[in-house]
Amino acid sequence: MKIIKAPFKFSGGVHPPDKKIFSNAAPLQDLPLPAILKVPFVQHLGAPAKAVVKKGDKVKRGDLIAAASGFISASVHAPTSGTVKGFESLPTAVGRSVEHCVIESDGLDERSELLQPFPDWETRDVSELIERVADAGVVGMGGAGFPTSVKINPPPNKKVHTLIINGAECEPYLTADHRMMLDRTEDVWLGIQIVRKILDVKTVYICIEENKQDAIEKFSKIECDDDVMIVSLKTYYPHGSEKQQIYVTLGYEVPSGGLPADIGCVVGNIGTSVAVKEAVVDGWPLDSRCVTVTGEVVVNPGNFIVRCGTSYDELFEAAGGFRENPAKVISGGPMMGFAVANTDVTVTKTTSGILAQSLAQTMRFTSLPCISCGRCNDVCPMKLLPSDMSCAIEADDIDAAIRLNVSDCFECGCCSYVCPSHRPLVQHFRRAKGVAALNKMLKAKEMEEKAAQARAEAQKKCEIAHAESEAKIESDQIQVAVVKDEISRAWGESVDAHPGAEQSVEASNGKDDNAKPGEQEITE
Amino acid sequence: MDLNLIFTTTAVISVIGLVCGILLAFIAKKFGEKEDPRVALVEDVLPGANCGGCGYAGCAAYARAIVLDDAPLNLCIPSGPKTLEALSRVTGRAGGEMVEPLMAVILCSGDRNAAQRQSDYNGISDCSAANVVAGGWKACAYGCLGFGTCARMCAFGAISIRDGLAVVDPELCTGCGACAKVCPRMLIKIVPRKHKINIMCSSLERGAVVRKICEKGCIGCTMCVRLENNPETLSMNGALARIDYSKEPIKNEGVIEKCPVKCIVKIG
Amino acid sequence: MIETANPDSMLITSTSPHIHEGTSVRRLMFDVIISLLPSLAASLVFFKFRSLLLVAVCTGSAVGTEWLCRKAMKRNNSIGDLSAVVTGLLLALTLPPGLPLWQAILGSVFAIAIAKQIYGGIGYNPFNPALVGRAFMLISFTAAMTTWSPSDWIGKPGDETANAHEAVTSATIRKYQKLDVDATTTATPLGLVKDSCRFGEPANAAFNYTNEVRRNLLIGNVNGSIGETSAIAILLGLAWLLIRRTFTWHATVGYMGTMALFAWILQLAGSKLAMPVDFHLLSGGALFGAVFMATDLVTSPVSKWGRFIFGIGCGFITMIIRVVPGGAYPEGGTFAILIMNAVTPLINRAMRYRRFGAVRKTQQEKVA
Repeated sequence: MKIIKAPFKFSGGVHPPDKKIFSNAAPLQDLPLPAILKVPFVQHLGAPAKAVVKKGDKVKRGDLIAAASGFISASVHAPTSGTVKGFESLPTAVGRSVEHCVIESDGLDERSELLQPFPDWETRDVSELIERVADAGVVGMGGAGFPTSVKINPPPNKKVHTLIINGAECEPYLTADHRMMLDRTEDVWLGIQIVRKILDVKTVYICIEENKQDAIEKFSKIECDDDVMIVSLKTYYPHGSEKQQIYVTLGYEVPSGGLPADIGCVVGNIGTSVAVKEAVVDGWPLDSRCVTVTGEVVVNPGNFIVRCGTSYDELFEAAGGFRENPAKVISGGPMMGFAVANTDVTVTKTTSGILAQSLAQTMRFTSLPCISCGRCNDVCPMKLLPSDMSCAIEADDIDAAIRLNVSDCFECGCCSYVCPSHRPLVQHFRRAKGVAALNKMLKAKEMEEKAAQARAEAQKKCEIAHAESEAKIESDQIQVAVVKDEISRAWGESVDAHPGAEQSVEASNGKDDNAKPGEQEITE
Repeated sequence: MDLNLIFTTTAVISVIGLVCGILLAFIAKKFGEKEDPRVALVEDVLPGANCGGCGYAGCAAYARAIVLDDAPLNLCIPSGPKTLEALSRVTGRAGGEMVEPLMAVILCSGDRNAAQRQSDYNGISDCSAANVVAGGWKACAYGCLGFGTCARMCAFGAISIRDGLAVVDPELCTGCGACAKVCPRMLIKIVPRKHKINIMCSSLERGAVVRKICEKGCIGCTMCVRLENNPETLSMNGALARIDYSKEPIKNEGVIEKCPVKCIVKIG
Repeated sequence: MIETANPDSMLITSTSPHIHEGTSVRRLMFDVIISLLPSLAASLVFFKFRSLLLVAVCTGSAVGTEWLCRKAMKRNNSIGDLSAVVTGLLLALTLPPGLPLWQAILGSVFAIAIAKQIYGGIGYNPFNPALVGRAFMLISFTAAMTTWSPSDWIGKPGDETANAHEAVTSATIRKYQKLDVDATTTATPLGLVKDSCRFGEPANAAFNYTNEVRRNLLIGNVNGSIGETSAIAILLGLAWLLIRRTFTWHATVGYMGTMALFAWILQLAGSKLAMPVDFHLLSGGALFGAVFMATDLVTSPVSKWGRFIFGIGCGFITMIIRVVPGGAYPEGGTFAILIMNAVTPLINRAMRYRRFGAVRKTQQEKVA
C-alpha cells in the first residue's frame, strides 16, 4: 500500500498532549464474561430498537433481542448465552433513561446460528451484503453510532467515488482503533474490501495519524492495488472528524448541513470495518467491541474486547482498579466524551474508551465573562464564532445563535480547550441545540392544536351553514306551499294535477315581481 | 458677561429649535407611519407585561391584532375580567366569556432534602443546559433541576426556587404559560385554577426505583385512585397517578392525607 | 458505585472537553505584568523614585477601586484575575513623571470605575480602561499631563548624559522661549516637532536628528511618560508576549507598519511635516500603545486580520494627529486607539471567518 502525506490542512484545531502511552502497548485482551449483562436498546443514532424477547426466554449469543424500528435504527443482539431476567429502564452513559434488557449469563457462551456466514462474499449480491450488515446491527463505532447499513447504501442520486477509512483516532488517551489496526490488521483489511465492494468504489484512503507509525507500517505491507492508499496525517485534533478528514484528504468541504455522501465520500471507522467483516464472513452480529480503559489513575490501562452490556465497574476491575479514587469518569475521550454520573452504566456499541481522572486533573468550568481574545474563533475547525454564539446564548437569545450557525457545531471542544476564561462553550451550544429542538417540538404541537381548532371551527361553521341551509329549504318549502296554495286557490283545483306547475313556481320563486313584499322577505 | 451675547445665543437657539420643530412636525405628518389611533387606546388598557400568554409577541402586538385582525378580546388571561370589560368598551365589540382562570403548576416535589443527587454538576446554571449533561445532577430523570430557567422567564415574579425546587406562587401566577415553554423536562402544566389538588410528581419510573431516589415521588400505590374512584378525573398512567386537567377537579380531599409519600398537595 | 476523590463523594459531571490547555485570564494578565517589567525598570533608571511612586499609587488605587466596585455591585471579587493590576500599571506608565499624585489616583479610579466596572467588569468594557483614564486626565489636567519636568537623571547640569539630552531639547526650548514657554519645563521630541510645524518651519528644523538622539530614543533617555520612553524595554516586553502567545503580532505590526508607511510617504513627497521614519516609530507613546494598548484582548477585534485592520486604523489616526500642524496634541496614540476601540464591533462583523462548509461555487463545480 502506498503512503501519501495529507495534501491539505484545515483551519483551526488544537494539539492536546496525546497521552496514548498508557495503553498503546497493551495488546487486545478478552474481558472475562460478566455474570449479568444489561443491554440497552439504544446503542445507535435513531429510533430505539423494539424488544422481541420476553422475560424468562433463553437466548444464545447472537440471538436477536430487539429489532430495528424504522429506517434509521439498528438491531440489538444477545452478547452471550443465558436467560432474559427482565427489562429495566436505566440511564446510559449520556444520562438518558433507556430500556435495558437484563441477561443472566449461563457461562457457556454458546453461539446462535441466526446468520449464515458468507465466506464467499466476493460473489454475493451487494443487496444481500447490505441486508446482512443491517441484520447484524452494525453501527458506526466511532462515537455517533449511525447505522452502517444506511451509510453504505446511499440514495442512487448520490454517486460515491471515494471511501475513507478513519484511523486517525485523534482523541487523546484512546488506543482502541490503534490496537485494532495492529492486532487485527487482516480483519480490518477484509472489512474495508467488503465495504469497497458494496459501495463499488475504486479509491480508498486509510487515514492514520503520524503518532501511530507502527500501524502505518503494518498497513503499508499489505499487497493491494494502487487505488488504496494510506494517508498519513499530522497528529492534530480533530482529524478524526469526518468533515475535516475529507478536507485534508481531498480538499472538499462537506456543505453545511450536508453529509459526506453529498460530495461523493463515505467515511468508515476501523472498528466498523472489523464489525462488517465479522457480520459478513463469520455471520456474527455486532455484540462486542474494543474498549480502551485508561487514565493516570488506572493501575493497568489496557484495551479490552468487551461484550455490549458490561458495566464500567467490571472494566475498571479488569484494569486493576484505581491508584487513587477518581473524581471524574468519562465515556469516550477527554475532548468529546461524556462524564458519567455513576459507573454502573454499560458499554454500548459506541463506547470507544473509558477514562478516569483524578481530582487534580479535572478541569473546572467557570462562568467568567468572555474577554473576546478570539482564540475560540481561531481554533474552531468549522470556523464558527464560539465567542459570539456563547454570549448570545448566555443572553437567552437562541435565535441569534442559530443565525450564527450553532447547528454546524459538532462539539469537538477545541473552543473550550483554549478558553482562558474556562467558559463551558460546548455546553452553551448543546443547550442552544436542545432549546431549538424543544421549541420546534412545541411549535409543531401548537400548530397541530391550531389545525385541530381550525378543523373544529370549520366543522362548526359547516354545521351552522348546514342548519342555515336546512332552515332556508324549510322556509322555501313553506313559501312553495303558500304559493301552491295561492295558485291552487286561483285555479280552483289541486296543483298536483298539473305536473309542470311546481317547476314554474320554483323558477319564479324570489324573482316574481308580483310577489308580496312580506313573502319576499321570507325567501331571502 | 456681555448681556448682548446671552440674548443673541438664546435667540439663535430658539430659532433653530423652532425651525427644526416645524421641520420634524412636517416630516412626521408627511412620511410618518400612520398607526391606527385605536391601537394605542387598546394598548393602554392591556397590562403591558408582555408575557406572551395571549399567543402574540407582547401587548402591542396583541393590541394591533385586536384592532386590525379582529382578534378575540378574551385572550389576556393575566389581566382578568375588568380588562375584558374595558377592551370591549374601547373596541365596541362584545368581549365574550373570559377564558377560565389558569395557573402554572410544577409537577415535582423533590427538593434538595427529598430527592437524591447523582453527581456533582459543574456547568452553566440553567436547566436546559444542565439537562444535557449526564441527565442533570438529580438522580431522578423527571425531576425539577432547580436552576430557575422558568423563574427567569416569569414576567410576574411568581416562581421562586426553594431548596433546589421551583415553586409557583398561585397569588402572583397569571397562567400566561411563559414558564411552561422553557422547562426542558416539561414539568410545568398550565391548568385551570379550580384544580386545587395536584399530584406533584412526573416520574414514570416503577415504584421501587422512585422510592430509591426520591422521598416524595409517586410510587404508584394507587391509593388515591381508589379513594377518588373516578377514572375520569384521576387514573393511573403506568406507575404514576395522573389527574386529567381537562375534566372536573378531584373532590375527595382525603387523598392528600392518605398519600404515603405526600406528593399530593393542595395549592391555592 | 465507586468511591470518588471528590469531597462530595460523587463523580463530577460536566460537558466535554474534560481537559484544558492551561491558560487562564489570570495567567494572561500575569504575562502582561511580566512584559511590563523592562519598561518599569527603564522608568526607574530614568525617572527614579518618582516613577516608583506613580506606579505604586496607580496600581494600588486601581485595585482598590475594583474591589470597592465589585463590593458595591454585590458581584464576586475579581481582583484575582489581575486585570486591575494591569490597568493600573499601564496607566501609570503612560503618565508624565511630574504629575501630582492625586491626579494619578483620580485617573485610575476613573479608569476602573467608569471605563470598566460600570460596563460590568472585565470582558464587557468597550474601551481600554487605562486609555480612558489617560484621556480623562489629558482633558482635565492638560497642563500637568503635558508638562515634562526633567527627571533626576537628565537634569544634572554639566553631566554627560545631560549634554546628550541638550541635543534634543534645550536648544529648541531656547529657540521658542520668546513664545512664553515655561523655562523650567522641557519638551518631548514630538512636542518640539509640533511646535516647529506650528510656526511654519519645517519639522526637521526642530532639532538635529543625529545618531545620538536616535540612541537616546532607543534606550529612553528623553522626556516623556515614564514607561513610554525606552523603545528597547518595550520591545523586550513584546518579545515575551509573543513567545507566551498572549496575543498575535497582527495589531502591533499593523500599527507600526502603517506609521512607517505614512512617514515614508511624507518623506518621499518632500513634505515640510516629514520626519525620518524611525523617529516616528521610536518617539512618543506610539510603540507603547502598539504593544500594550492596541493589543488589549477585550477591546480589540477577535480575528487576526481584524486586529491587523485595527492596527492600521490606529497607526493612521496617530499619524494624522501627529503631523497635522494645527492639532493641539503632539502625540495621538491615546485617541487613535480609543477611536478604533469604538470601531471594533464593526471590524468584528466585517472580518468574520469563512465558515467551513459554506461552499464556494467553484468547489461545487469541482465536485460535480
